[in-house]
Amino acid sequence: MAIKVEHELHSRRNGRNYGVLILLGAFVALVFLLTIVKVTQLGDARKFEANDHVIRPALAEPVATTPAGQ
Amino acid sequence: MADVSMQDTTREAGMGDYFALLKPRVMSLVIFTALVGLIVAPVHVHPFIAFVGILCVAVGAGASGALNMWWDADIDRIMKRTSGRPIPSGRVQPEEALAIGLALSGFAVVLLALATNVLAAGLLAFTIFFYAVVYSMWLKRSTPQNIVIGGLSGALPPMIGWAVATGGVSLESVLMTALIFMWTPPHFWSLAIFVKSDYGRAGVPMLTETHGRRVTRNHIMAYMVALVPVSLAIAFTSIGGWTYLATAIVMNIWFLKSCYAVWRRDEDAAEADNFAAEKTAFKVSLAYLFLHFAALMIDAALRAAGMGIW
Repeated sequence: MAIKVEHELHSRRNGRNYGVLILLGAFVALVFLLTIVKVTQLGDARKFEANDHVIRPALAEPVATTPAGQ
Repeated sequence: MADVSMQDTTREAGMGDYFALLKPRVMSLVIFTALVGLIVAPVHVHPFIAFVGILCVAVGAGASGALNMWWDADIDRIMKRTSGRPIPSGRVQPEEALAIGLALSGFAVVLLALATNVLAAGLLAFTIFFYAVVYSMWLKRSTPQNIVIGGLSGALPPMIGWAVATGGVSLESVLMTALIFMWTPPHFWSLAIFVKSDYGRAGVPMLTETHGRRVTRNHIMAYMVALVPVSLAIAFTSIGGWTYLATAIVMNIWFLKSCYAVWRRDEDAAEADNFAAEKTAFKVSLAYLFLHFAALMIDAALRAAGMGIW
């Protein structure tokens, strides 16, 4: 009996693998585009920068200081 | 040389078998009504956010379909209509359906919360829970009112669409949900009368089998009468308009007339013309729901164009 390398099962698995590839690619694209939309909707980009759980002096509101010697 | 016998693995699932688990036909109704709920809402949503919102609702609906097929595999195997589904036919393993259902449910709810708001995600989670647990696991095999109460899960998508846009629940979204909820019994039971089903053999208590067709006809008429005020009330909310009002009046008269025809006749008359009136009522019910929601979209478009006169 000749050994057939390509079984119907292989093509089906192949199709499934490509299906998973397409779904994962679509998911990455979805999250990427969602991020772009969410960030551009912020208006003031500092709102996004501020959300990194670290004190950022550059983003702090200026505090009124008293002149020296008083 | 002896034949090398291979294990029969030709039944291994293809991508299409997994897709069939998601009940694509049910999904299309869900997508349409959720989209209308989102579009008629008075808040503008970025088109991509709207797309992701509807996608999550569709995937969530598909996930609950997969969970339903996992739970109902035993009765699906018995009934002719459902014996070709992926699990009873052996193409998909029950465990796979359960895993896909749970994973997609989690994915849809979390992504919806991140993309839109927690209320919309909570409503989607409730919808999936209601369909998979309350309807499939509990009501379906225990009461002939199963499709009435279980119909709530099919009725919620416009409320989710509205919540995606507004972040809230309002009279308008409640009425859209009530419209589908009240429409489900006359729609489903008019079908149940003329389709020869084997629910009885599978042990599922359908009204036609537990109480007979006469009682089912009475139920169709009663729910139809209760449906009319819900349909008309929407016309006088912020999402209503002349297009909707005119559509609602025409469709209510038409559907009422066809349900009345189903109600007043007996089994002999129905058998005589091969359930013509019941088939008509079922077809009218499909047009009824589609045209109601289409009319809401048209009125929303007219308002957006500055032509709203309500």
